[in-house]
Amino acid sequence: MTKLADAIIVGGGIHGCSTALHMCLAGMKPVLIEKDYAGRHASGVNAGGVRQLARHVAEIPLSIRSMGIWERIEELVDDACGFESHGQVLVAENDAEFDTCRARVAELNALGFTHEELIDGPELRRLVPAVAESCPGGVVSRRDGAADPARTTTAFRRKAAALGATVREGVAATNIRKQDGLWRVDVGADTYAAPVLVNAAGAWAGRIAAALGEPVPVETVAPMLMITSRVPHFIDPVVILRGRKLSFKQFANGTVLIGGGHLATPDQDRNETVLDWRSLAVSARTVFELFPVMRSATIVRAWAGIEARTRDELPVLGPSARHSGLYHQFGFSLHGFQLGPGAGAVMTELIVNGGTQTRIGDLGIDRFHPFAP
Amino acid sequence: MNTTPRRDSYDVVVIGAGPAGLAAAATVAEAGLSTLLLDENAGPGGQVWRAIKSTPVTERDYLGADYWAGADLVDAARSSSVEIIQRATVWSLDRNLEIGVSIGSASSFVKAGRVILATGALERPFPIPGWTLPGVMTAGAAQTMLKSSGLVPDGPTVIAGQGPLLWLLAAQILRLGGRIDRILDTTARRNYLAALPQAFAFMNSPYFAKGLAMMREVRAKVPVVTGVSELAAAGDGQLATVTYAAGSRRETMPAELLLLHQGVVPNVNLAMAAGVEHRWDDLQLCWSPILDHDGNTSVEGIAIAGDGAGIGGAQAAIVRGHIAARAAVEALAPAATAKLAPMATFRASLARAERGRAFLDTLFRPSQRFRIPSGDTIVCRCEEVTAKDILDAVAIGATGPNQLKAYRRTGMGPCQGRLCGLTVTELMAQARDKSPQEIGYYRLRAPVKPITLAELAAVPKTETDVNAVVRG
Repeated sequence: MTKLADAIIVGGGIHGCSTALHMCLAGMKPVLIEKDYAGRHASGVNAGGVRQLARHVAEIPLSIRSMGIWERIEELVDDACGFESHGQVLVAENDAEFDTCRARVAELNALGFTHEELIDGPELRRLVPAVAESCPGGVVSRRDGAADPARTTTAFRRKAAALGATVREGVAATNIRKQDGLWRVDVGADTYAAPVLVNAAGAWAGRIAAALGEPVPVETVAPMLMITSRVPHFIDPVVILRGRKLSFKQFANGTVLIGGGHLATPDQDRNETVLDWRSLAVSARTVFELFPVMRSATIVRAWAGIEARTRDELPVLGPSARHSGLYHQFGFSLHGFQLGPGAGAVMTELIVNGGTQTRIGDLGIDRFHPFAP
Repeated sequence: MNTTPRRDSYDVVVIGAGPAGLAAAATVAEAGLSTLLLDENAGPGGQVWRAIKSTPVTERDYLGADYWAGADLVDAARSSSVEIIQRATVWSLDRNLEIGVSIGSASSFVKAGRVILATGALERPFPIPGWTLPGVMTAGAAQTMLKSSGLVPDGPTVIAGQGPLLWLLAAQILRLGGRIDRILDTTARRNYLAALPQAFAFMNSPYFAKGLAMMREVRAKVPVVTGVSELAAAGDGQLATVTYAAGSRRETMPAELLLLHQGVVPNVNLAMAAGVEHRWDDLQLCWSPILDHDGNTSVEGIAIAGDGAGIGGAQAAIVRGHIAARAAVEALAPAATAKLAPMATFRASLARAERGRAFLDTLFRPSQRFRIPSGDTIVCRCEEVTAKDILDAVAIGATGPNQLKAYRRTGMGPCQGRLCGLTVTELMAQARDKSPQEIGYYRLRAPVKPITLAELAAVPKTETDVNAVVRG
């Protein structure tokens, strides 16, 4: 049986769920289709960083837009989402890295962005007392922080459903086509039809785009994370390193999350990843060197979520260059969690108003198809 | 003996040196294949033959003939070409058959042509009110102390639960002069009727006569209350009393020690973390790996033998070890199987060893009231999550154990779900009116046993690490 909706969203990650919620707030009745369950992949198992710091200039306006939503997240989704704002700090380990930091902050200031702030050694050690004396300084984004990714994604899904979105979990969207002016998608025995289709399928979105004639240079990746046993509280902000692959966060319960972008081998069709322990050992060595307090901690668990990374490591966000009524929202390349709330709001504006005040022009799919008709 | 593996790769790596692992390793080595046997304990034997080479309990009758039978298998493995490493904690196994193992606080990786998991069983959680109080422990933990150190209880002691191990432990404690004030048997009365159709097979099984004699021995010395349908431990920071109900009888008795046991279930953590598919076993009420008749799992190259393949007891474990080993040899070096007994011989032995199992499974199927707690009873000890907390999370949208993590962090502590996983699955299944199979289990992750950051940091660097490109 064919069921009509105002929009069909494929993918129940933070992006699909945020778009579903914002559509409901705009008076639409979307259907959200998720082959597993909301937050099953990268959206539910990422490091939870809520970060404006160290972003590509092209996505800073979207990140700032999103930050405004994060700061009032409980009003939006009726759940605090574990959001805590203790800042994020980028650590320069030597003078060359510190010079790069200085140039970066100057560049952002010239563009009118003030969220990144250069800090010297004493301020760095005030914010991150455990950091080595040899580090000359860094950059801080003080409004940044972290949230609980699974709880956040689930909260968006729950609120969207409460406001009238149809959420279909556990069955994949298949046979995506446009017919008689409507997008049609099969979900088990049901068919949904709507004038709007949003492709927010994460690691699976590239296949959908390609099947609809808009291939994007995108690969499936699985960044690894590990978490330790509880250690005494020693750090508030999220710490990332300028020169090495490491991000570092201590939760309120004392456990420490170690990430930074070392990759596992994804097996997309099995929903599985095979961890690369030798790379995780590199992360462990870095932490061992920088934070002696961590040396006796135990690694309790390691994992990796499956997601999409584009060739230029920027997301694809905006209308299709080929089909009317089709919108893409994927390829967030290891840094999409913070952008989720804002991207859902922007996507809804694009669909409802035909445009948005948030500058996202450099994120369009047409950047990969300069000569397409 | 406690050094890192001598080679980077082996034809077969066997994990666990209980009955199945010892039998499997010896068989593979007999066929001439390079074999590594990794075991977490200080000596071989697993749980059933724990400390068989070191126990201070030398009076043979105390631990019984079944215990000492393990010595031959240990000797066979030790006199073979198997490289045996004790105190070796395997913390990672993946579908490339790469194994992360910690030995003497140093970790290394070995590669296997085939892996035989013989990681045995765990005690089923017994989540009654007060089960987390100091003074309440599992029968298995008590038996470990008894076998390893000859320690037995000497204060007011209550044993509660059901199953063969409960009676064996009681008999062993009494033989060593330990104290037991009361045995509270939780076997549901209707189970006797349900098990009746299987009784004939059981009477012809090796367990029958031994089991009966043991129960008689214990009953002669300790008052036993049958049909116990309610059980609670209480005390202020320490166990003080045990309260039970049986029929119309209700009693609160003082106790310093309460030993709980309601059977064992496969230890699935390493297999699940490696990606092995499992299914819910409705009779044994646990997750069991999906296996072919040789013990092969859904992951190419990984087989499971012993109680980890589904509870079958020590005799069945030995034979399953032989079968998995022979299958591994067939896969790697078919000509070498000429040195081994034919598969048909092993299969006939297995049928004999498994006789009577259905009777035990049916008779000792634990009651729902002792598996699925309610109210303030703790389910997850690591994060102190109660049954009510879990039902509240279900009410706001947690659909299964993995979603529950987001709300309550259940299963995310150091025990990796070993003490709460089955309870969480069954509790959520009941609350959502679904089958345990539909509800599913925690996605388990390496390290399946915690390792220190320092140890991981000390893993030898590879060429690629040295040349690793850092992010600009």
